[in-house]
Amino acid sequence: MSEIMNELDGIYAVWLREAKIYVREKERLISSGFSPLLWIFGFGTGIGSSLGTVEGYPYQTFIYPGIVVMAVLFTSLFYGIYIIWDRKLDFLKEVLVAPVSRASVFAGKMLGGATDAMVQVIFLMIIGLFINIPLNPLIVIQAFLLLLLISIAMVSIGLVIGANLKSPEGFGLVINFVMWPMFFFSNALFTLENLPAWLTAITFINPLTYAVDAVRGVILGINHFPIYLDIAVMMIFSGIMMILGVLSFRRM
Amino acid sequence: MINEGSCSGEGEPAVIKTEAISKKFGRITAVDELDLDIEEGEIFGLLGPNGAGKTTLISMLCTIMKPTSGKAWVNGFDIVKQSSKVRKSIGIVFQQPSVDDLLTGRENLAMHNLLFGVPRGIRKQRIDEVLSLVDLEKRADDLVNTYSGGMRRRLELARGIMHHPKILFLDEPTLGLDPQTREHIWEYIQDLAEKECMTVMLTTHYMEEAEMLCDRVAIIDYGKIVALDSPHELKNRIVGDVVKIKQKHPDIEAMKHLEYVRKVEVKKGLVYLSIKDASQHLQDLLAHTGPIDFVEVRSGTLNDVFLHYTGREIREAGAEGGFMERAMKK
Ligand SMILES: Nc1ncnc2c1ncn2[C@@H]1O[C@H](COP(=O)(O)OP(=O)(O)O)[C@@H](O)[C@H]1O
Ligand SMILES: [Mg+2]
Repeated sequence: MSEIMNELDGIYAVWLREAKIYVREKERLISSGFSPLLWIFGFGTGIGSSLGTVEGYPYQTFIYPGIVVMAVLFTSLFYGIYIIWDRKLDFLKEVLVAPVSRASVFAGKMLGGATDAMVQVIFLMIIGLFINIPLNPLIVIQAFLLLLLISIAMVSIGLVIGANLKSPEGFGLVINFVMWPMFFFSNALFTLENLPAWLTAITFINPLTYAVDAVRGVILGINHFPIYLDIAVMMIFSGIMMILGVLSFRRM
Repeated sequence: MINEGSCSGEGEPAVIKTEAISKKFGRITAVDELDLDIEEGEIFGLLGPNGAGKTTLISMLCTIMKPTSGKAWVNGFDIVKQSSKVRKSIGIVFQQPSVDDLLTGRENLAMHNLLFGVPRGIRKQRIDEVLSLVDLEKRADDLVNTYSGGMRRRLELARGIMHHPKILFLDEPTLGLDPQTREHIWEYIQDLAEKECMTVMLTTHYMEEAEMLCDRVAIIDYGKIVALDSPHELKNRIVGDVVKIKQKHPDIEAMKHLEYVRKVEVKKGLVYLSIKDASQHLQDLLAHTGPIDFVEVRSGTLNDVFLHYTGREIREAGAEGGFMERAMKK
């Protein structure tokens, strides 16, 4: 029993540190507020004005779920870079030498990253209310839980990469190779109907496609796949990434 | 505080034990088949120049680095197979500062309490205890990035001992601090070792630090122990006193044959003699040398001991030079 309490305390300690730093580093908080605004108004109004409606929704509304997923994707993946800074500045040693398992250290970091991303989701949901996205409390809760699951998967990828690299520059390079293909070869900005076959094939093996599909389904009622398939794909993907994350942390 | 009773580790198994422990980084052998036995309650020093392998050895003992070969036990636990038990037994102050800049002193300590399993009921009390021990109560709620170097070091020391570890590792605890702060920290360490009956292993390249603090000192160079004893013994047995003589035509060979002379060296026209005990033998020595221009006597230091074994001074060998020297030596 006390072993479990120790591990929970460890997770809490690591998470609490991340949460405090997040609030204290003004740049992080400000970018959480600003970048979603850019995404929605940049993409939605710019590209959208020329497109008319998609599946009965204005383009800005149609891509709203995709933009939210994208914000979660970016914030979560980039969170992995902090682990490299922590290591450079030796903050991490204190945690790595503590008598808590690496799985708990990983869990604490992962929840810290997910917290960053979910704060951003809250900003986005508030913006959503002002641009007539059909949100109600039930939808908000469902979307929030799905996005949390997505965030956990993406933070885990970021941490896996961060734990295996030494330089922030290297991290930036690798993460761009993960992030942009994931984003563009998904259904975040367009529907899966009428795509060339090769593109369809790629989007189908991209886990982000299922994430966008689930969130879009919950918010707008447009689903390409059954929701349980979406959730199953995300859970399996998150599970694999978490395992890789714990393994990477053990080697640190 | 906790751990009352005697500290005597007589007859008990060593608290820290290593057997031929080694660590290689590619072609560099940072730690080279070291054997150590450290007893309970001891303040044990590793003295050596930069790059000697001190930090690497400590990193292995506190389980954040795996040895390339060899074995070690800390508090009776194997550092590789029982690393989590080792971690529960130790406190550590790293060479590089590892307190969190964007947290306050108190928050850093609170985080440590959680990570090191200090029971809920006594967490607050422990924090107050160590804060007062290192005189940081007044600044406890300020962010660490407003602290001076000495304050950070004291905070780290407080953190390292807050969970009452059986064994405390200190890697260069006073590196870069002003002399006054340094002496302060020496006092804390000595007090702690006594009151808490803690075993302390510290590394340093300041010989005064090793002389002042340590019950025993291992002089380490290129990953190997070159001498190990109490500072007093090391100095007396190896060096004794150093006599510096200036003379036109010194008869070095004759000096070498005197039974109390341990070593004769000539540097920049001056003769340096290590002799067993100057107060007894100086007269006799001068009788043998004949007329001289100048004589000066001083007690031997650990630096002389280091010089004796390695032919270099700790300071000469110091300053980041370890890597290149080692690379060139291979
Ligand atoms: N992570 C590492 N990778 C490669 N070489 C290392 C690493 N850590 C230490 N070394 C090398 O090992 C030797 C011993 O270093 P270290 O243990 O830090 O010495 P000390 O603490 O006595 O100054 C040095 O030559 C150093 O360059
Ligand atoms: Mg060192």
